[in-house]
Amino acid sequence: MTGASFTLSWIDYTVMIVYFAFVLGIGWALKRYMKDANAFLEAGRSMPAWVAGLAFISTNLGALEVMGMTGSGAKYGMLTTHFYWVGAIPAMVFLALFMMPFYYGSKARSVPEYLKLRFDEKTRGLNAILFAVMTILASGISMYALAILMERVLGWNFHLSLVLSAAIVLGYTYLGGLSSAIYNEVLQFFIIVIGLLPIVILCMQDLGGWAGMKEQLVPIVSAKGFAPDTWTTTWKYTGSAAANPLGVEWYGIFAGLGFVLSFGYWCTNFLIVQRAMSAESPTAARNTPLIGALPKMFIPFLIIVPGIAALVLLNKHGSGFTLPEISPGHYNYDYTIIALLKQYLPAGVLGLGITALLASFMSGMAGNVSAFNTVWTYDIYQSYIRPVTSDKAADDKHYLFVGRMATIFGVIVSIAAAYLASLFGNIMDFLQTIFSMINAPLFAVIFLGMFWKRTTGHAAFTGLLAGFTIALLHHGLTVPAGAATLVKGGWICNLHTYPVEMAQNFWTAIFAFSTSALITVVLSVLTKQKKSDDDLRGLVYSLTPKLGVEQVAWYRRSTTLAILVLAIGTILTILFW
Amino acid sequence: MGIDIKFPIGLMFTILGLLLTVFGLVTYGDAQLYKPSLGINVNLWSGLGMLVFGLIMLFFAWQSKKTKTP
Repeated sequence: MTGASFTLSWIDYTVMIVYFAFVLGIGWALKRYMKDANAFLEAGRSMPAWVAGLAFISTNLGALEVMGMTGSGAKYGMLTTHFYWVGAIPAMVFLALFMMPFYYGSKARSVPEYLKLRFDEKTRGLNAILFAVMTILASGISMYALAILMERVLGWNFHLSLVLSAAIVLGYTYLGGLSSAIYNEVLQFFIIVIGLLPIVILCMQDLGGWAGMKEQLVPIVSAKGFAPDTWTTTWKYTGSAAANPLGVEWYGIFAGLGFVLSFGYWCTNFLIVQRAMSAESPTAARNTPLIGALPKMFIPFLIIVPGIAALVLLNKHGSGFTLPEISPGHYNYDYTIIALLKQYLPAGVLGLGITALLASFMSGMAGNVSAFNTVWTYDIYQSYIRPVTSDKAADDKHYLFVGRMATIFGVIVSIAAAYLASLFGNIMDFLQTIFSMINAPLFAVIFLGMFWKRTTGHAAFTGLLAGFTIALLHHGLTVPAGAATLVKGGWICNLHTYPVEMAQNFWTAIFAFSTSALITVVLSVLTKQKKSDDDLRGLVYSLTPKLGVEQVAWYRRSTTLAILVLAIGTILTILFW
Repeated sequence: MGIDIKFPIGLMFTILGLLLTVFGLVTYGDAQLYKPSLGINVNLWSGLGMLVFGLIMLFFAWQSKKTKTP
């Protein structure tokens, strides 16, 4: 990996040490407040909206996202913003306005527990177990990616990096629980923005601003066989799949990314929803995703635009900019952000940039571990192993202990998963595929459950299983063009070839969602509703008293914020149409 | 819960800001060091920016402490 390695100086290490001292210090300061399981696993439902909101967006802004999206900026240009403006904002607004009142108001402590209250035990069990396994594997993969990066870029020992980062994460989550994870996500948000800002400014300065970059892109993009402004527009060339590098038409983007994938991810993933559930009041819980949406809309300028600049630099003689090659002529775009750090940053701010990346890796792990220990303690241990007793004080102590042990267990299994990932290179692709297969049916089921009181437990359970099965089948029967391994699909036989992997993912999710919704509706009509209207109060839209106008100043109301978010999103979309 | 996060955020960015500002001043005019950053002293500018941000956060932390414990 000669293309992107560098040495750090004392000033870079000092920046890094100051940051991690604060990370552990926050955990230490919170230690004395961790008196029961509620404080440890739910942050005592005490977070102000802005803290929960920034943590909400920070959980999603992991290092794999930063590295992946910068790479996508080089590969697809501004079309990558579809993952933000259409692929996140509408779902976040929907979660805030229509779903948070039920998640928060139901007093459920997790998404699986909402399923238990709304449907039945088996639906909760299925979701809790799948979620626990997936989350811990995801945490392990995040660790693996971090250690491999430190080995290749900084020349640190792989095993030492793995154990050291696991120890830091364990340290602050064990001490301060969810509060510690959330506070550190806020800290991470600021360090990422401040750490990456110099790169955006410097590469714009270097290429002569947006106009200069656009001009230099013309020959590069034309050589790839696309219209000259394809990399600087978003919807203009989505009329046909062949005219844009994503290989998807506008309706595929709209339905697959804008609806199924994004709603599945933002509205049902407990890792994300947990941040909003920790908010201090119902209004704060509704505002959490909206406050997160405000910075989310501008993150493309921080990570996608430098990616596009990297494509120009890559083709510019004398720029000295290179990316590691997978095979001659095929670059490893995952290293784009690292290569840009190397290109522009001198000692000092370089340490800041590297710290920002390390911070996002670790908070990714901490987020996963803190979601895992909640689901484990409440939805698995408390439900199936040791139910609550009449002695509340003893219970509080016991479940706090279990939550802490789950944190240690989670970190140890993550390390094991990281070694598994180092043995099988494809496990990362594999897991991302499985994740998208679980989320889409889950969204169908929760959506129907929240807005249609007739939805039954048997129907929901079968709907989840059916959606997952169809997703697996679709993945087994289709392949993206040029796929080298069976992990990418086609492991049964090849009925259809998609032009790119993205298109296959979109359609897998669309099939899974539709099947799940259809089966759930049909079975709900055929089976008997066991829950009475009273049971469902606070869980279903039509049976819950309307909140009316929130009793806060007009500018703090969720509806005002939602309108603001949608307006800014629309303006950005039109500006970069 | 328990602590006001504005305080550690403010303190950390004030410390990092001071660190980079001083480093930027010490290395002022070092053409070799700032060659990658197009001759711009990014340490000084980032340091000053972080210092301002850190102090603003500290100010807000101090403000909300004042209103909570009159």
